[in-house]
Amino acid sequence: MMTASRRTTTVASLLLVGCMLAAVILLRRVDQMRTTATLDEVLYITSPKALKRLSLGYEGLVAEIYWTRAVQYFGTKHYQHTQHYDLLATLLEITTALDPQLLVAYQFGANFLAPPPPHGAGMPEKAIQLMEYGIRNNPNDWHLYYDLGFIYYMDKRDYAGAVGAFERGSRVPGAHPFMKVLAAQMAQHAGELQTARMLWLTTYQTTQDKQIRANAVAHLRALQVDEDVATLQRAVTRYGEKTAHLPPSFSAMVAAGVLSRIPIDPDGHTYKLMPNGLVVVRMPDDFPFIEKGLPPDYQPPPLPKLPVSD
Amino acid sequence: MNGRIVHIASNTFREAVRDRVLYNLIAFCLLLSAAAILVGQISIDIEKLVVINLGLTAVSLFGIVIAIFIGIGLVSKEIEKRTLYTVLSRPVRRWEFIVGKFFGLAGTLVVNTFFMAIGVFAALLYVAHHFHKPDAWILVALYFIVLQFLIICALALLFSSFSSPLLSAVFAFSLFVIGSFAEDLRGFAGMAHGLSRWLATGAAYLVPNFSALNVIGSVAHEHPVAGPLIFYNTAYALTYAAVALCGAVLIFEHRDLK
Repeated sequence: MMTASRRTTTVASLLLVGCMLAAVILLRRVDQMRTTATLDEVLYITSPKALKRLSLGYEGLVAEIYWTRAVQYFGTKHYQHTQHYDLLATLLEITTALDPQLLVAYQFGANFLAPPPPHGAGMPEKAIQLMEYGIRNNPNDWHLYYDLGFIYYMDKRDYAGAVGAFERGSRVPGAHPFMKVLAAQMAQHAGELQTARMLWLTTYQTTQDKQIRANAVAHLRALQVDEDVATLQRAVTRYGEKTAHLPPSFSAMVAAGVLSRIPIDPDGHTYKLMPNGLVVVRMPDDFPFIEKGLPPDYQPPPLPKLPVSD
Repeated sequence: MNGRIVHIASNTFREAVRDRVLYNLIAFCLLLSAAAILVGQISIDIEKLVVINLGLTAVSLFGIVIAIFIGIGLVSKEIEKRTLYTVLSRPVRRWEFIVGKFFGLAGTLVVNTFFMAIGVFAALLYVAHHFHKPDAWILVALYFIVLQFLIICALALLFSSFSSPLLSAVFAFSLFVIGSFAEDLRGFAGMAHGLSRWLATGAAYLVPNFSALNVIGSVAHEHPVAGPLIFYNTAYALTYAAVALCGAVLIFEHRDLK
C-alpha cells in the first residue's frame, strides 16, 4: 500500500517530467510557426560606449561574447550564401571597442569583412577601418600591418595602399624581415600572380593557426589552378590559330607542339577540355577560391572545402 | 587579534558554511567546465581568454553576491534571532562583534576564492595544456578581487548596522555599481565647473574605486601588473574597508538595541 507522501512524490515527479516534455514540444511548435523570426538580426545596443559602461568593468568577457556572436553570425550567413552581412561590422566594432587588444577579432574579423561574397561580406572599406583601429591600439604588432596590406592588395586592388601598409609594418621592431621584401616586391610587381603567391606563402609561414594555414593553402592551390588554366587557355588559342579549329584533346595540343606536356591540377587530376575550347577543373569543389577554370553553371557548396594544412 | 574576535569570526565562518554558501562552487565548476569545453566549438581562438575572463569574472561576481547577501544579514539576523543579546551579555564589546563578523565573512570569501582559483587554473590547464609564466599574473587579479570583497564586506556590515536587510542590499549593490563607474565620475568632475566640480570630485573620492581593482582584462592578455599598483591598491582597499568598518562600529556602538 502506497503512503500518501509517496503517492504525492510519484504524482509530482510524473507531472514534472510530463510537463517539461510538453513544454519542449510546445516550444518546438512555436518555433515552427516563427520560421522568419531571426533573433540574430537584432542588436539591441549598438553603442560600444554604452556596452562598455553596462559591463561594469568586465569588458573582457563581454567582448568575448560579442566576438563569439560575430563568428556565429558570419558562419550562419555564410552557410546561407547570403549577400548581406548587415550586423557584422557593428558586431566587430563593439568587440574591438570593448577589448582593443583582442587581436583575433581584427585578423579574422577583417577576413570576414573584406572578401567579396560568397567568401566574405564584401566590405573591404570596413575591414580597413577595423585594421587601422587595431593598429592604433596595438601599434607594435606587425601582423596587423601585414593583414592591412593584404586587404589593400587582394580585396581593394590598391597597390599603393598595400605598399604603404607593408612599409609601415616593416618599421615595427621585431617585424618579420619579409615585410620589407613584400613592400619592395609590391612596388615593382603589383598585380602579378607571383606577388599574390608570395603573399599567401608568407601568410602560411608566419601563422600557427590551423584555419589560417588551411585558407592560405587553399588560395595557393587556387593560384596554381588559375595559372595552369590561363596557360592552357593560351595554348588552346595558339592551337586554333595554327589549325583553324578547336583542339579535340590535350594530347592533340601536345602533338601540335603548342603544349609541352599535359598539366595536372594540385590534386593530380588532369584538366578537362570542353568541346567549346574552355578549360575547366574536374573537381571544382576542391578549389574554392579559383577565378578561372570553373565549369559553366557551377554552384559552389554552402561551405568552402578547405584542405588540411599540416 | 584578540581571542573574542577570533571566536566570533570562526563562528561566522562556520555559520556561512552551514548555510551552504560554498555550494556556489558547484555552479562555478559547472560554468567553467562548460565554457572550457564549448567555447572552442562555437568561437575562434579565444579559449584561453574566455577561461581567464569568465573564471575571474565569476569569482568576482559570485563573491560580491555572497558578500552582500551574507553581509547584510550579519547584524540584523542576530538581532532578529535574539542571539545578539546572548553574545553581548558576555564580556564581548560591540566593536569586537562587528570586527569579528567582518573577519568571519572575509575568511569565508577567501576560502571560497581559493577553491575557485584552483578551478580557474584547472580549466586553464585543460584548454592550454600547460602554464606560461605570465599566467602568474592571474594570482594578482585574484588578490585584487579579494581586496574588492574586503571593501564590499565592510560596506555591507556598515549598512547592516543601521538599516533593514533589503535596504542594505540595495545600498551595497548600488555602491558596487557606482564604484565601477568611479573613473567616469572622476572624468565628469574634470569637465564640470564650480560647485558641480566639487560635488563630483567629492563623490568620486567617497565611493569605493572598484575599477582600479579590476585588472582581469589586462592579465587575460598576459600584461604584467606594476608592483606599485599592487602596493597602493592593497593600501587603498584596506584603508577604505577600515573606514567603512569604523563607520559600522560607530553606528552599532550607539545603536539602541532594546
